[in-house]
Amino acid sequence: MLKIKNLRASIEDNEILKGITLEVNPGEVHAIMGPNGSGKSTFASVLAGREEFEVTQGEIWFDGKNLLELDPEERAREGIFLAFQYPVEIPGVSTTNFLKTSLNQIREYRGLAPLDAVSFISHIKDRMKLVEIDQSLMSRALNEGFSGGEKKRNEIFQMAVLEPRLAILDETDSGLDIDALKIVANGVNKLKTKDNAVILVTHYQRLLNYIIPDHVHVLYQGKIVKSGSKDLALDLEEKGYDWIKEEFNATTV
Amino acid sequence: MKENDNILDEITQSEYKYGWVSDIESESAPKGLNEDIIRFISAKKLEPEWLLEWRLKAFRHWQTMKEPKWPNVKYPEINYQDIIYYAAPKQKVTPKSLDEVDPELLETFEKLGISLQEQKRLTGVAVDAVMDSVSVATTFKDKLGELGVIFSSFSEAVRNHPSLVKKYLGSVVPMNDNFFSALNSAVFSDGSFCYIPRGVKCPMELSTYFRINAANTGQFERTLIVAEEDSYVSYLEGCTAPMRDENQLHAAVVEIYAAKNAEVKYSTVQNWYPGDKNGKGGIYNFVTKRGLCAGDHSKISWTQVETGSAITWKYPSCILKGDHSIGEFYSVAVTNNFQQADTGTKMIHIGKNTKSRIVSKGVSAGNSQNSYRGLVKVMKRAENARNFSQCDSLLMGDKCGAHTFPYIEVDNKTAQVEHEATTSKIGEDQLFYCNQRGIDSETAVALIVNGYAKEVLNKLPMEFAVEAQKLLAITLEGSVG
Repeated sequence: MLKIKNLRASIEDNEILKGITLEVNPGEVHAIMGPNGSGKSTFASVLAGREEFEVTQGEIWFDGKNLLELDPEERAREGIFLAFQYPVEIPGVSTTNFLKTSLNQIREYRGLAPLDAVSFISHIKDRMKLVEIDQSLMSRALNEGFSGGEKKRNEIFQMAVLEPRLAILDETDSGLDIDALKIVANGVNKLKTKDNAVILVTHYQRLLNYIIPDHVHVLYQGKIVKSGSKDLALDLEEKGYDWIKEEFNATTV
Repeated sequence: MKENDNILDEITQSEYKYGWVSDIESESAPKGLNEDIIRFISAKKLEPEWLLEWRLKAFRHWQTMKEPKWPNVKYPEINYQDIIYYAAPKQKVTPKSLDEVDPELLETFEKLGISLQEQKRLTGVAVDAVMDSVSVATTFKDKLGELGVIFSSFSEAVRNHPSLVKKYLGSVVPMNDNFFSALNSAVFSDGSFCYIPRGVKCPMELSTYFRINAANTGQFERTLIVAEEDSYVSYLEGCTAPMRDENQLHAAVVEIYAAKNAEVKYSTVQNWYPGDKNGKGGIYNFVTKRGLCAGDHSKISWTQVETGSAITWKYPSCILKGDHSIGEFYSVAVTNNFQQADTGTKMIHIGKNTKSRIVSKGVSAGNSQNSYRGLVKVMKRAENARNFSQCDSLLMGDKCGAHTFPYIEVDNKTAQVEHEATTSKIGEDQLFYCNQRGIDSETAVALIVNGYAKEVLNKLPMEFAVEAQKLLAITLEGSVG
């Protein structure tokens, strides 16, 4: 579904991603872990098409399409969803209105008729139950005055409404207490099918107790320096990142 | 950041939709301004002697006045002798019904989305259509007449209800109030007159639609609304003009009189031609709007959505004379390209327990300059006066400006005056967030701006709120790509 070959990206001539190769198949959950500043969030942003990052080399293919030729909104309409690390506030625009605009633009791109108000509301209600989100958040302005936890849950709710093929969760676990973490993880697990895939970008192993990854990759200095099964995450939890750094530095010297 | 600014640049570049010219023969006065021209206008309109005298008095006063220089706008000197002060679409006879109105004229309004024919069947809104200097048609006159509501062109009101016009004309905005109101008083050609008798709640929205068509012509209309005791009316004006390279002057006066317990809601969707992308052409919109809450417990509420004009100079104000009277001002002013707006309000608290509320939302894009200027004045005997002002500015790109000039004068210790102001920028973050949800940048900007202006848009009558939302989107179209 997603094929990344030797991806290099920089911001203001500062190279952050230094050759990433990764393949994600339908039905898989991949965890991208790594110490702070290793390029995890940049990786998520580049996949979503954030323009401040310049892709200098490499390829990204998504369902046979060259992602690098698509605008951020086209990528979203193709089925890529990014749950933001810092969701943005949009004053005066209700979550409902925002999602209606979003969903209908995605549908239009796919040649589907816009949802009428009734079907939209019933879809929303159904999804709200799924991710256990409170009705009152719906009528409030998008993320405005939301707590950190509410914002993160709102991201997962949006994901539930838009039903992406590939969801990238950028540190969705950070700033969540254990109850909120469970709710978020629960939502992600419920949304999982054999046709979609998830990339979890996280610093901590904690989330991976609730969402079990098929593959774990460690990102360090802009490269995937180690890949393994879910056990790799447990090793990291136990030993920290230092041994990875040492291993990597030893091979590069 | 740079990337983002380019994107914003592109969205804010869009074409003006109403820029066409109708091929309608018009009759006009020669260029220039002198007493003969004023006599000509007055004679054309078969006016009584007192009105001609009133105009001449205003003109003589105007000659002693100087154009105000304090607004935060720049434009080349206006040559007042180079303007045509009267232009009227040529009609053979004064139309008695819509069937007698020149079809070309009807078509013009049809194109603007205001079907006067349709109006005959639709209920809910009565329209007075004013092209260049004269009123073309007023719909629903008969139906309103049954309630005693007078809604007609100003000229007709002068003929049919001279005592009412004489009583209230200039009572809120004196002829010598300011440079542009004096000019208007001298040369005003038409406009709307609206009278709501005691105890009547006007059952439909009253609406005036202004269109400038002829070239080199100034438009000077005058609107007078009188709401008697315990009455209510909601009034809306809209306006457009063709695209022309020269600037055209529009200097209107609106007066509202509200007696005891009366309420007047005045909403404006101002969409005069703003000039092209390089700032060439466009309307100079120098307008005096003022309401007098004369009676106790009266209320006047101004709501404006300002998207057009090259230059806007406009301060819809309320004089809160009656005890417990309320004044409100809700404004969204959007400037793009080289537009300049200096707009705001004045709330003059005279009576006891008077309240005012100001919500101003400025949106600046392109190379435009957008200023809020507002005065809150609490006079000596205005015990317990309350004011709340909120002035927000939203900037798009880095070449535009937003300015706030609040003036507060308080002469009574019991007054409570609050002022809040914020400035924000449509960020790359907000746009990217929307993009990531599949929303294109243009729709995203419209969504963000409409959200920002929501509090004001919600004050508009239903039918027009939707129009206003679309208009905001169109105005900012092309400012992000």
